Amino acid sequence: MTQIVKISDDALARAAGADKLAAAFEKKGCEVHRTSSWGMQWLEPLVEIDGKGFGPATLDDVDAILDGSSDKAIGTIEEHPFIAAQTRLTFARAGKTRPLSLEDYEAHGGWSGLKRARQIGPEQIVEEVTASGLRGRGGAGFPTGIKWKTVLGAPGPKKYIVCNADEGDSGTFADRMAMEGDPFALIEGMAIAGEAVGADQGYIYLRSEYPDAIRKLNAALKLCADIIAPFKCEVRVGAGAYVCGEETSLLNSLEGKRGEVRAKPPLPALEGFLGRPTVVNNVLSLAAVPHILKEGGAAEYAERGIGRSKGTMPIQLAGNIKHGGLFEAPFGMTLGQLVNDIGGGTASGRPVKAVQVGGPLGAYLHPDQFDIAFGYEEYADADALIGHAGITVFDDTADMGEMARFAMEFCAAESCGKCTPCRIGAVRGTEIIDRIRSGGRERDTLETAPQMHNTPKDKGRSVEQEIALLTDLCDTMKFGSLCALGGFTPYPVMSALKNWPGDFVNNPDAVEKALDAAE
Amino acid sequence: MSTKEQKIGEIIAEHHGREGPLLPILHDVQEEFGCVDTEAEALIAKGLNLSRAEVHGVVSFYHDYTPEPETRPVVQICRAEACKARGVENIIGDAKAAAGDRVKIQTVYCLGLCSSGPAARTGDDLHIRLDKEAVTKLVENA
Repeated sequence: MTQIVKISDDALARAAGADKLAAAFEKKGCEVHRTSSWGMQWLEPLVEIDGKGFGPATLDDVDAILDGSSDKAIGTIEEHPFIAAQTRLTFARAGKTRPLSLEDYEAHGGWSGLKRARQIGPEQIVEEVTASGLRGRGGAGFPTGIKWKTVLGAPGPKKYIVCNADEGDSGTFADRMAMEGDPFALIEGMAIAGEAVGADQGYIYLRSEYPDAIRKLNAALKLCADIIAPFKCEVRVGAGAYVCGEETSLLNSLEGKRGEVRAKPPLPALEGFLGRPTVVNNVLSLAAVPHILKEGGAAEYAERGIGRSKGTMPIQLAGNIKHGGLFEAPFGMTLGQLVNDIGGGTASGRPVKAVQVGGPLGAYLHPDQFDIAFGYEEYADADALIGHAGITVFDDTADMGEMARFAMEFCAAESCGKCTPCRIGAVRGTEIIDRIRSGGRERDTLETAPQMHNTPKDKGRSVEQEIALLTDLCDTMKFGSLCALGGFTPYPVMSALKNWPGDFVNNPDAVEKALDAAE
Repeated sequence: MSTKEQKIGEIIAEHHGREGPLLPILHDVQEEFGCVDTEAEALIAKGLNLSRAEVHGVVSFYHDYTPEPETRPVVQICRAEACKARGVENIIGDAKAAAGDRVKIQTVYCLGLCSSGPAARTGDDLHIRLDKEAVTKLVENA
């Protein structure tokens, strides 16, 4: 009998050399199945034979793996602590199925959610999604059921389902893995959403940085067109603008306009794509739906998690972490558990200095805050956010002053330009951080001009005054910006300043005093 | 009618009837000619019954469309947070040194390979776990 060898065709596995490895096994006479990835990314490319894993495998390991003498053996994959500790609902098929095999998808429970949805009808679908407690996985955490109900109740002959697959946050890759590894699940989720609100057209707005996901989703849509009919769906490729991950900016981009943010109201649910009622949901929200719509799925989902954060979250362990990858678990795990117990600490072996949760707009958390439980409200209470659940770990070589500056610089580069706090605030923010780090500033030419006799004579601006200015600017950005780009950039900036003042100035006490005074 | 005019006409016709056809058209034009220049903007504007200003506004908003074709090979290197945490700033100098004037080093923010950076992209090929040697080799072979 031919030996069946499973090797992922996920983009990360391919970047690690999975294609060449697969060819080498084929040459040895094995039947190679290119499956989705288990999500243990430090072990990619991971080779699976009869449920046992070997990784990270290189071409030199092929013979040893086949004769059973390889020192890359990790034992039975499903029993690996990283996998055994997970509760996989959205990623139930990860590692097990071939992404573009309809046969595999059906054999692992595919389409059963859509079939049931068609039987129970719109009101019941919306009720079950609401009962599951599912909240928007893109970061805002808005209850998905309520959004769907609004669109269901909105009048109009034409409605749309738009999937936000513009996963631009650094430290996040769950959308990419879902689209590459289980494209039919996302499509099924969209078809169910269409059934729920009465929409027959879907669009997946997918960023151009994900060529593999674009290719796979297009292929998957062709394969399942008859199954999801009359619902139709199309991939639209983004053009490299980070801000298009914001839903109203995404809608403008989809319409062929500049990706500028729209003021809300009107809500996209009522006036979205082309002014018509539109559901805009993240990939992970939609990919969670097929499971929820299965018999008893909603209850199974709702009984997990903590407080108002129900169900499971595909958490992404990234950055300087030993065991990086995808970890789906019910809400409630502490940050310490995720970083140290699951992630194994830093990849460099040095102490953890900072952890950024929620992408470029998320706060930098200090190891002192490692007891914080993973949930929307729990993070909000700590002046942080879970965002898209990306966790980026930094070791003690990181310069947090530099990271704070980068947050402002990134906001300036990616701002859509529509609102002033974000467009100009981010530029000024970068300048203020530079001045804080160089110890304030001297009086400038204008201030020393004889006509300006009312300006203070002693100094231009002290570090304390610059910090007060930065605090004020961050408040303005937080409360005055139209969307989360300008509104949340203060999180990484202020958390870095509060937690690591020594990375900004030589005299950290001055920062503390200035921050106290500013409050 | 020039060949360019004809080709752009074909591209516009291909997307006829789609909702919000401008971005898909611009992608195809960028792919075909390596850029979206003012001549292309004017042709697209005419084809879609938009003003040239509207089309230019869209073209200049997005990073993926360029006014001139890039003749050099391009290596995109991610310099977002996760790759910074894994030391991309320590190897960017080596990449630039290896590139010289022959290769264009372009900064991107996130390729979705955040647990295994520093990451880079050349065409549709992705590269991870780059160190000084690997990035130099990558740029030299670009």
